[in-house]
Formats: sequence, structure tokens, C-alpha cells
Amino acid sequence: MISLTYPFDGKELFENKRSLRRELLADGSKRMTKRIAVLGGSTTNDFCKMMEIFLLDMGIAPVFYQSEYGQYAEDAMFGNPELDAFEPDLIYIHTSFRNLVKFLPKRGETAEGVDARFGEAYGQFEAIWKRLKEKFRCPIIQNNFEFPGYRLLGNRDAWDISGATRFVNRMNMAFADYAAAEDTFYINDIQFVSACYGLDKWLDDSVWYLYKYPCALEAIPHWAFNTVKIIKSLYGKNKKVLALDLDNTLWGGVVGDDGVDGIEIGSENATAECFKAFQTYVKEQKQLGVMLTVASKNDLQNALDGLNHPDGVLRPEEFIVIKADWENKDRNLMQTAAEMNLGVDSFVFADDNPTERALVKANVPGIAVPEMDPPHDYIRILDRNGYFEATVISEDDIKRNEMYKANAERAQAELSFGDYTEYLLSLNMQGEILPFPEVYMSRITQLTNKSNQFNLTTRRYTEDEIRAAASDGEHIALYGKLVDRFGDNGVVSVVIGKKEGEDLHMELWLMSCRVLKKDMEFAMLDQVVAKAKEQGIERIVGYYYPTAKNNMVRELYGKFGFTKIREDEEGNTVWELLTEGYQKQNHVIRINGGELS
Amino acid sequence: MTEAELFTRLNKIFRKVFDDSSITVTRRTTAKDIEDWDSLEHITLIGAVEREFKVKFTMKEVSSMKNVGEMADLIAARAK
Repeated sequence: MISLTYPFDGKELFENKRSLRRELLADGSKRMTKRIAVLGGSTTNDFCKMMEIFLLDMGIAPVFYQSEYGQYAEDAMFGNPELDAFEPDLIYIHTSFRNLVKFLPKRGETAEGVDARFGEAYGQFEAIWKRLKEKFRCPIIQNNFEFPGYRLLGNRDAWDISGATRFVNRMNMAFADYAAAEDTFYINDIQFVSACYGLDKWLDDSVWYLYKYPCALEAIPHWAFNTVKIIKSLYGKNKKVLALDLDNTLWGGVVGDDGVDGIEIGSENATAECFKAFQTYVKEQKQLGVMLTVASKNDLQNALDGLNHPDGVLRPEEFIVIKADWENKDRNLMQTAAEMNLGVDSFVFADDNPTERALVKANVPGIAVPEMDPPHDYIRILDRNGYFEATVISEDDIKRNEMYKANAERAQAELSFGDYTEYLLSLNMQGEILPFPEVYMSRITQLTNKSNQFNLTTRRYTEDEIRAAASDGEHIALYGKLVDRFGDNGVVSVVIGKKEGEDLHMELWLMSCRVLKKDMEFAMLDQVVAKAKEQGIERIVGYYYPTAKNNMVRELYGKFGFTKIREDEEGNTVWELLTEGYQKQNHVIRINGGELS
Repeated sequence: MTEAELFTRLNKIFRKVFDDSSITVTRRTTAKDIEDWDSLEHITLIGAVEREFKVKFTMKEVSSMKNVGEMADLIAARAK
């Protein structure tokens, strides 16, 4: 389905309203029905259609009443039997600058004259709100005003008492004051949305003259989306939890590889500043009652070290649940939700990695998964989606964090979930596993010096040593490259074995953590065994040397089907595998253009 | 762009906007021939056609188009 998440394509949504509605209605989800009266100062038809789509997506099935064209004031002040019979749950007054034009000051008017006009304009609206409140006792949403399309007085329009720009600002301020004093009255901030969109694109006079729409057709979805954020928040459809990845989401770099001193957070460069600003934003959300959790592929200690970085803003204790392990993130998020006794559909998952996002989106029903890219747009992407729209701010919201933290510590649920192999197949992965070519020498060298986590021997190489391994005839040396439907991961794995008679001793076996759980390690093994057999090798000998960071591969050779033959008191282990009768273990990645085995 | 190509693309737009894969438009097709083609849907249709062919109809053209043939002629004239 076409994306309904910011940044969405307004034109695309607008043209596909019908099929979107059909698909949403057919998705089998349960929705609450809400009766919404739209009192319009313009045509409202397509606004309602777009609102319906966003509301259906958020679990609300709307029924609309629409006033006749431009009859917002008449319907409110003089009543309308149809509206009375409709018994709205919510009233939306859909007006725009077009409805303000008749009240605008004339050039050369005295201050008193302008005040009188303002009093008339504002007074009309306040009378409408009061009458509707008295009659229907339901929440009211009121658009404020976008800026005028032209400035008769140029910049002076903003300050001169007869300026239309100044008049708009004054009206909006008066609307805000009323909203601040009223419990169930909310401003739909069109002044902001039209500015975000760009006023020149927002205003399209031809659609006003032709159809009496107050903005460009492709802006209607943006307007509707902003309205719907208020409506869904009133009916308990806000998200509650922000589940965050760590590496390259909350800081720049990979803490497991770069070390806590190597990650970028703070103020020493542009990247560091950018991530600090994002952490600050997340912290501000938490102070408004948004609950934070971590979903990261990391060793726990590395994750905690990263969160304790002296220049960071967020601290480990601010997260209700921290899942930093090597489990798949869809599973982790389901577990986190269970521990917090929350539906996973109240989660937003923020991760820079498109593969992780796709996995979670596919397997976690109802979770919001915004496209977090690039880092300097993280704040905007979360902000514009309005997941946590703070329409009503209560004491409970502020205390919610503590409460859930306690709950989470009680529950530890183990969930079984999904068919992972199917997911892997859906990625359409293509691997390239070959001897080192010249172009990759420096990348391979760099990997051997950078990889810490998925690295069995943590042996470092110079470029000359890499070249030697590639060409001296005493080694079997292979690199692995992985491409999936989301893009090219580049060179992600390197293995080097030294031949001694009929044995092959694995001096190096490393892989980048970004391709964990993709079975790439099995694909590498298949190729190593095949190459070894070709060269008359009967036995492969694997070594694991523990470090502070490579605990995740302690049992790798065991998983591969090797037999442990030695272990010393430091935990160094030696393993062996006979090449005779070896069966291929990768069934999900096509290697070197071949078919799946 | 030949007339056949133009109609292939137009047809795609009609099917999308009315969410009806059985629609086939000809030069003589009018709003009467398509059940959901009312003045409100006309707005979406015009916007979608303008985007597909990267043309902009004048306000007068939008108000006076009588059938798909006239729409096609306007597009063909602009697309030159």
C-alpha cells in the first residue's frame, strides 16, 4: 500500500483515495466509529475523504456530516435539523484565510476602526464555539489561519495596523488564548503546516476559483493529516513508546567496533552535534510522557557504555527496557511490549537500518516504522508524524515512565514468533564470495583492523599481508559481499586459512555486524569447504580467541558443525571439521550468480 | 505521442482515480458513462491527468471540457 507515513507523497495519496480506502476497509482490523461534523468555510469533500483514509489507518472509522458549502457560521448559529440529528462526537470548523477576507481592515483606517473589525471577526468565531459547546457538548477543532497570498504593504504588512499579515497573526493569537482557557477546544495549526509545505505551493488560486478549495489539491492530504493527529490523540490512538536502535541512531558509529571513545556524540564535529540534538529531542519527548526503550544488536555492556558516554544526553536509567543482544528485533520488540503489558501497536520503532525496519514492519502488527534517514532529519521525521501528539498533557503522562519501568521489571515473557527463513528468502539476497581482487585490498585490510565483534581471532593485517595471502599459494583467502533488495552492503566478510599439508588453519574469520542473522556466515563456510576440497584439504581447523568484544562468536564453530578439540584456561578453543561429506548450510543466499542450494 | 499512446495513459489514470479496472475510455466517453464521475471526482481526475502529462489546463478549459476527446485534444496540443 502507498505510504501514509511522513514524508508521504500528497499527490499520490490524493489520486489513489479510492483504492486506499478499499484496501484499508478490507484489512480486517477492528475500528471504533466516530461521528465527525465538518462545518466548512470552503468545499470539504476531499478533506473528509483524506481524513477518512488517515483515520482508518489509525483505527478509527469516521462518519461525516458536512455542512453545505461555506455554511459553517449558519449551521452553528442558527442550527440545522440534519446536524442536530447527526449527534456529532466531534465538531471540526474548517475555515481558512478566505473566510477572513471580508473582515480585513481597509487602508488608512484608524486603530479604533481596525479594532472594531477585529472584534467582529473574532467575535463571530467565539460566538460559534460557545453555541456549539452549549448545544453539542463535544470537542471542537478549529483551523487557525494561513498567511495571505500577497502583502499589499510588503514587509510593512506584518506590523502596520491595517496589514492583513498582522491581522492574521492577531486572530491566531486570540484563537490560541481561547484554546488555552478551554478544556475541549483545539487549534489545528494551519499556519504551521502551510509554512512547512511552503506557502506558494500551498496556495493555488485556480482551485479556489474552480472548486472553492482553500489550498492546492496535493496539499489537502497534509492538511487532513494534521487534523487527524488531533482527532486520533483525543481517542487514545497516540503511540506511547519510542523504541530506539543505538548505533547510528542515537550516536554515530558502532560502539562494539569503534569503542565508546570512537562513537560520535557531543560537540566535537557536525555528526556528533547532530546526534546530540536528536538525543536531546528524545529526552524532551520523555519528559512529556513518551516511554523509551532500546532495541539494539549489541552486547549489553557495549550498549550501556555508549549510553553512558560523557557527552550523551540520554542515560541507561531513562529507558524502561533495554534489549541489547543478538536476537532479531521483531522478536525483541514483541517481548518488550509483553514485559510492559502494552500492545506492540503503541510502539514507534526508530532505526537507521532499512533492513531492520523492513523486518519489523513485516512482522510486528500495528507498529509505526518511520524511514529514519538521514540523521539530521530524524527529529523532523518523528515530529511531523505526530505519533505522540500532545493534545492533552496530564500528570499521568508525566509519571507514566516510572510506572511502566516497574511493570517491565516484573514480566519477562518469551515469545515465539514468525517464520524467519521466509523473511530471509524475501530479501532476495545475492552473495559474491571470491578470492581477493585488487580493488578490494584496502577495504579488506580496513575490515581486518576494524571488526571486533564478529571476529574469531581478531588478527590484524597490513595491506601487504593481505596481498600475500591472496597470491602466495599457501592460503585460501575469500571475501564476501552481500546485496539484498534494499541495496548493496558491500564487502562484509573476510576469511583467511593457511594450508599445511591436508589441513587448513583458519587464521581469520570475520564478518560485519550489519549482516548478522542473514546466514552469510554459512555461505562463507560453504565456499571455504568447496575451495578446500578442490585443493585436497581434508580437515579445517578453526580457532576462537576470546576478547572483550567477540563473545557473540564463542560458539560459532560449534554452530557450524565443527568439533571442539582443545580448550585452555583463558577460553581459547580449537575446532575441527572434516571436509568429506560436508553438506551446504546456506539455503537463502544465491552465491556468485548460482541457484539456491 | 500517438493518440493510442495518449489513450493508454489516460485510461490508466481513469482506472486509478475511479479504482475500477474495467474502465475503457474513448473519445466519446463523458461523465455520464462512468458511474462515479461527478463534479467532485472531476477535481481529482483533472489533477491526476495534469500530473501524468505534465500539463496545466486553464480554468476555462477545466470548466468547459465536454468529453474525453476534448481532454485528449488539449493534452495533445500541449504535449507538442
